[in-house]
Amino acid sequence: MKKRNLLQRSIIIAVITLVGLYIVIGPHGRRPHARDFTPSGIKENLAQNIHLGLDLKGGSHLVMRVKVEEYLKRLTEDSAIAAQNFAREAGFDVKETHAETTSGNYRVVLQVGDPSKTKEIRDLVEPKVDLRETSGWTFSASGNTLTWTLSSSAQRTLADAATEQALKIIETRINAVGVTEPTLQRHGGQNSHEILLQMPGIQDPEHVKKLLVGQSHLELVHVISTPAPAPVQTYASEAEAIASLNSGGKIPANRRVLPYTERPELAGQNANANPNAQATKKWVVVESPAIIDGAQLRSATANQSRAGADEYEIDFALKDAGSKKFGEWTGANINEYMGVMLDNEVKSIAFIKGQIFDQGQITGRFSKQSADDLALTLRSGALPAPLEYQEERTVGPSLGADSIRSGVRASLLGLTLVVLFMLIYYRGSGINAVIALLLNMILMLAGLIIFGATLTLPGIAGIILTIGMAVDSNVLIFERIREEIRSGKTIPSAVEQGFGHAFVTIIDTHVTTIVSSLFLYAFGAGPIRGFAVTLVLGLLVNLFSAVYVSRTIFIWLLSRKGKRVESLSI
Amino acid sequence: MLQIFHQINVDWLGKRRFFIGISIVLMLAGMGTAFYRHKFHPNGTEAFNLGVDFKGGTVITVRFKQPPPADTLRAAINQAGIKDAVIQPVLDKKGMFLVKVPHQGFEESEKGESQAGVDAARSKIIQSLNTFGAEVDPNAKTLEDDPKAAYKIEGTEAVGQVASKQLRNQAIAVTIAALIGMLLFIAFRFEWTYGAAAVIAVFHTVLVTLGLFSIFQIEINLTVIAALLTLVGFDVNDSIVIFDRIRENRKLYRRMNLYDVTNLSINQTLSRTVITSGLVFLSVVALVLLGGETLRPFSLALLMGIIFGTYDTIAVAGPIMVWWEKKIAAANKLSATDARETNLKPPRSTTRGERSRDGVGKPSQAA
Repeated sequence: MKKRNLLQRSIIIAVITLVGLYIVIGPHGRRPHARDFTPSGIKENLAQNIHLGLDLKGGSHLVMRVKVEEYLKRLTEDSAIAAQNFAREAGFDVKETHAETTSGNYRVVLQVGDPSKTKEIRDLVEPKVDLRETSGWTFSASGNTLTWTLSSSAQRTLADAATEQALKIIETRINAVGVTEPTLQRHGGQNSHEILLQMPGIQDPEHVKKLLVGQSHLELVHVISTPAPAPVQTYASEAEAIASLNSGGKIPANRRVLPYTERPELAGQNANANPNAQATKKWVVVESPAIIDGAQLRSATANQSRAGADEYEIDFALKDAGSKKFGEWTGANINEYMGVMLDNEVKSIAFIKGQIFDQGQITGRFSKQSADDLALTLRSGALPAPLEYQEERTVGPSLGADSIRSGVRASLLGLTLVVLFMLIYYRGSGINAVIALLLNMILMLAGLIIFGATLTLPGIAGIILTIGMAVDSNVLIFERIREEIRSGKTIPSAVEQGFGHAFVTIIDTHVTTIVSSLFLYAFGAGPIRGFAVTLVLGLLVNLFSAVYVSRTIFIWLLSRKGKRVESLSI
Repeated sequence: MLQIFHQINVDWLGKRRFFIGISIVLMLAGMGTAFYRHKFHPNGTEAFNLGVDFKGGTVITVRFKQPPPADTLRAAINQAGIKDAVIQPVLDKKGMFLVKVPHQGFEESEKGESQAGVDAARSKIIQSLNTFGAEVDPNAKTLEDDPKAAYKIEGTEAVGQVASKQLRNQAIAVTIAALIGMLLFIAFRFEWTYGAAAVIAVFHTVLVTLGLFSIFQIEINLTVIAALLTLVGFDVNDSIVIFDRIRENRKLYRRMNLYDVTNLSINQTLSRTVITSGLVFLSVVALVLLGGETLRPFSLALLMGIIFGTYDTIAVAGPIMVWWEKKIAAANKLSATDARETNLKPPRSTTRGERSRDGVGKPSQAA
């Protein structure tokens, strides 16, 4: 009975150990190779099997937040203007329109001349501008003020959709620049509107960062000016431009005042080519809403400009619907000025020589790099809202390698000290503990590989702590066996009792730590999770290595000594 | 055989006033320092030296070929318009500095949008670093490969206002959640009083460790929270080992009162407590010595936690549990008409005995 039991146990242990070893150092997903089990082959496999976190292998970790409040603000403002325009076109008397977008409230407010027309205005405007109740807008009227308020659940839905859209756009942009093995996902809670991007091996994320936040919100706008041949009307300051509107210092809903700068994009790299490239910032007044916007873009490419060899421009083409609208407008506005607006700045202004349908250009003295980037972001579509970086953690490969080295060195030193102590203090049984410890290490790594977990710096700390817990189990068992021996029990029964009593304690301590680790995993982020994962794995493995394996070794020792065991090296 | 303790018989609970006194002094010292720093900011310090994770800001790790003196570096960064930059040479890496810059606040950018993100500081630091020579070519593998370069940015950590607040709240939530999880589990396996005692003891360790972090102004970052959580685990472990023994001894020595049983159990498990803590202590010392600068706050937190964790298991958890059980026993005795129970055996001991039998099973079968 005992013998069979021992055999059974040994087979289970041998199988698990070999499988664990193979998982750790064997080739995975690849055809086994003759070289695989030479020292260098093992090292190579090990490096392939264990996924290292960015903090260890180097790379860039970015968390960006979609400024959804700006998205909602723009949506509300656009709706307000559109509502006013539709109502006026239909002949209703609209005195004033504005959008209220403060402290989490988004309202479209219309002041009408005749309150008795409220129902007609609602029936007209709501389907056209989508201010319907089903879209989350609640209507209320008091006197001649009509108000549509965006409900907070609709705000959440819209904000969430904006984040999803931003995620898709970022994905296209990332794929277009060719980052290898990026991880892109939502970050934090549903309401945090954050996006996490991890780029292994990227040391200098500046270029990618710029590319991602490029809003590339393109609009073609009508610039308010006396038609050509008179030069386009610009103003030296914003105040001057606003004053020209004669509206008492306020900008009416159907006008926008925008900066217009011919920016010397090349100045940074090629200052000599443009000695006079000092930018002069001017202001222009444009009509709102725009003629068409970037959503109507079919393609955008960066091309060398005719003006100079080092200057680049972006040629774009419009989709069918957009080009029809654009053609109508340009046909009706010959000699008027049109501006290309990018991210709330007018990049270039030209007058309409003749009807244009689907082609256009953005000139603005771009360098090749910035023109390429702009074309790329225009193709990927405009971000629904601006992005801001909330977290950047970039680790150079050498810094990561240093961390691995010091982590491994510290673990080895810790392990050595522990092993030495166990061998000196518990003598023969110390060997038992050492075997259990080593097995624990191997199986924990195997567990990390099976679950595809990433090993990070806090993860290494988790491993060191697992060493501590594993040793604790052995100490608990050995001390208990010693105690039982002291109290006069025979060796076999002391071992039996020692394991029995210690096991209850070990289960209690392990489960407590696992429970708290699960809490860490549930509530923690990145580094804390990595720590929790290694700790839980280590503890689970420990129940096997420190209890089952260690006990088997004792059983084997006792069975070898025969029925009458007089002493135990402990 | 080698043995640390042999047949010791110390009256630990008898010294409870002394132990708890020490604990309270330590706690008050730490919390007092934190409060004092929070209120009066001596030398511009805050209650806690929070890292970028929790305060927001930027840390740039830069390595120079010819390292300038830290003061020159600070002057250059000041010139770029960044105040309160902390320049910290990395001791074990030649020519390497950590440039720590607090959050630059809401900067008005060209377009009039507020920049709450993290990029403002970084570009300014790079601008001031450029006064020492060129940055390394992005295609060069190491600093030495590029003969023209003077420095290389080895790493960047930047956390914005929103994210740092999230991380801070999360850290607090995680710690409390872990404590509650343990309280529930211990209450389930033992008694509420045991759970409460263990959690109070562990909470005390966390407070003392945080207090020391405030006194010595060691940086608190995400990894320190991981360390705190670890020592929460270790500390509760120690308490459970003793509680387990108490539970066992109460069944064995039914006539002995709780006070003596607790003393006996602490004494019986003392060699285990000391050996385990000593070994973990050794591993942590290895981590402090060899773990490098990045892990330093983490390893220091662990080191302190191990020391106080071991102390408070014996000195705090036991006394609180015994005191609490006594209170319950006294309350029950008052209400009971039959005052036969003169020892401290709590009246609920029968139910406890039954529950232990059902819940634990026979230990000898378990392994």
